[in-house]
Amino acid sequence: MTDQLQRLTEDEVRRVAKLCRIGLSDEEIERLRGEMTSLIAEVSVLQSINTIGIEPTGHAVEEVHSVMRDDTPRIALSVVDVLSNAPRREGDYFRVPAVMDNGEG
Amino acid sequence: MTEYEPVIGLEVHAQLITNSKMFCSCPADYQSAPPNTHVCPVCLGLPGTLPVINSEAIKKIILTGLALNCSIAEQTKFDRKSYPYPDLMKGYQISQFDLPICYDGHLDIDVDGEARRIGIERIHMEEDVAKLFHRTEAGSGEGYALVDVNRAGVPLMEMVGRPDIRSAEEARQYLVAYRSILQYIGVSTGSMEEGSFRCDANVSIRPKGVLEYGTKVEVKNMNSFRAVFHAIEFEIERQSKVLNEGGRIVQETRGWVEAKGETISLRSKEKANDYRFFPEPDLPPLIVKQSWVAEIAELLPELPIERRVRFEDELGLSPYDAGQVTASPRLADYYESVIQHYIEINGPSGTIAKSAANWTITELGRLSNDGQIPVEDSPLKAEYLAELIGLIDQKIIGTSQAKIAAESMFTTGKSAKITVEELGLAQITDSSAIGDAVREVIEANPSAVADYMAGKETAAKFFVGQVMKVTKGKANPTIVSELIIEQLEAKK
Ligand SMILES: [Zn+2]
Repeated sequence: MTDQLQRLTEDEVRRVAKLCRIGLSDEEIERLRGEMTSLIAEVSVLQSINTIGIEPTGHAVEEVHSVMRDDTPRIALSVVDVLSNAPRREGDYFRVPAVMDNGEG
Repeated sequence: MTEYEPVIGLEVHAQLITNSKMFCSCPADYQSAPPNTHVCPVCLGLPGTLPVINSEAIKKIILTGLALNCSIAEQTKFDRKSYPYPDLMKGYQISQFDLPICYDGHLDIDVDGEARRIGIERIHMEEDVAKLFHRTEAGSGEGYALVDVNRAGVPLMEMVGRPDIRSAEEARQYLVAYRSILQYIGVSTGSMEEGSFRCDANVSIRPKGVLEYGTKVEVKNMNSFRAVFHAIEFEIERQSKVLNEGGRIVQETRGWVEAKGETISLRSKEKANDYRFFPEPDLPPLIVKQSWVAEIAELLPELPIERRVRFEDELGLSPYDAGQVTASPRLADYYESVIQHYIEINGPSGTIAKSAANWTITELGRLSNDGQIPVEDSPLKAEYLAELIGLIDQKIIGTSQAKIAAESMFTTGKSAKITVEELGLAQITDSSAIGDAVREVIEANPSAVADYMAGKETAAKFFVGQVMKVTKGKANPTIVSELIIEQLEAKK
């Protein structure tokens, strides 16, 4: 299957890396071009399935649905526990590198 | 120069009022909590944790959808939206992509007496992000940020309006009306200052008569209704200028800078597919039973527009007055309470609806602006305003005295009777006391007496003014006029 697919370009790998906030060396990019291409090839097997006349499913688990909980608050973790994995902290806050305006929400 | 038509659509985020967060049981009241104390493995995004949907949030978003004439999806689901910023620890936000809970609604507003129907594309459920505090390292000047996760996971409802808005004023009114509905149905506090209600605007312009949309710009960071109005006005003007100078509008996100009164470019809008939405594997789909929707519909209270119409029909208020007193549910409650108390004290009245509206809107509105406190939260209780209006109607005090009393009551919270007594504002209705003042004024102004005798009726008015001056405005004007005529006629 792999040889039927065009190998991913360097730019495509860089773009995915950027979206994932991962820094890659030139060597790693070259390696991932091959690995990611074969991954896509594996998954593209699905394309060969004939889905005509089959109802689309919104979710992998159709039998289980509408699981909800009551709106009852519970005691949360202690600040000590919350911050125990923080690579860096300041007072009771996590400290992280400067963030560009993300403007999402 | 080409004339342009603005095309505006609003996206409004509102936090829902719940006890716990959207997908975990942490307390949702982050405003007053010390940093990182309402946090658990789920909202920290630790591996191996599972989110569970808060049913109260779903109930409240359905209630919102019903209040805004939306269809409620029978089948809905949640999706992951890639979000590579530290204010969501998971690296994604749980949101809804193609099956929002509420869709295809509308909101009717009234702009300068013209009815406008603005469409609502969808209202979907998602989670709020953590709070970031930007800091600068003292020595190196290097920037960094502090994260408080308390807000992460608070139920957030996003309403996406259709691009049916055609002016900054329409946008402002639409936003006011939307917030008012959320407050009426009790799903959100709707506070822009506290950040529980946030608005972004998509603004584009097109030559008048052209149907095709222009390139849209997303405007953010508007922290008040005023800011929304001014930012949109600015953006319409900026885009018109660019096009008129032969330029091209760039699709981008711009931020409103209040201090400068302008929008600045934040970054180019990423393509939609960069969010890489996919169905949230940790949450099974949600099937909304029609019986549940019917139960929720029973909870819908009287909406602002219904209350406005009732005030117009039953109380005879003008559309303007009715709109003003129904601006928030609590103000409308206050207004209705004034009328009720008035009737309890004085019995039925044909004028109380109008006078209570005047007092609430004009006089208390002014005091409320000056004091930066909503009328309904001021120390001046509805029953005391009713009492004060009663004193005017019984001619115990005049309108100008009542205004002095109201101003004092607005801060002291004392009753009308006590205030009038303490400030000595009661009208003088004692005829002998007024008679003395009239005599004094007549004796002091012989030339005006001569004018009156010569047939100049207006001279009587001069004497009324003088008597009011002497009595510091407290004399009952009707008695004053009567006594002046009586004493002048006696001189003939
Ligand atoms: Zn939590």
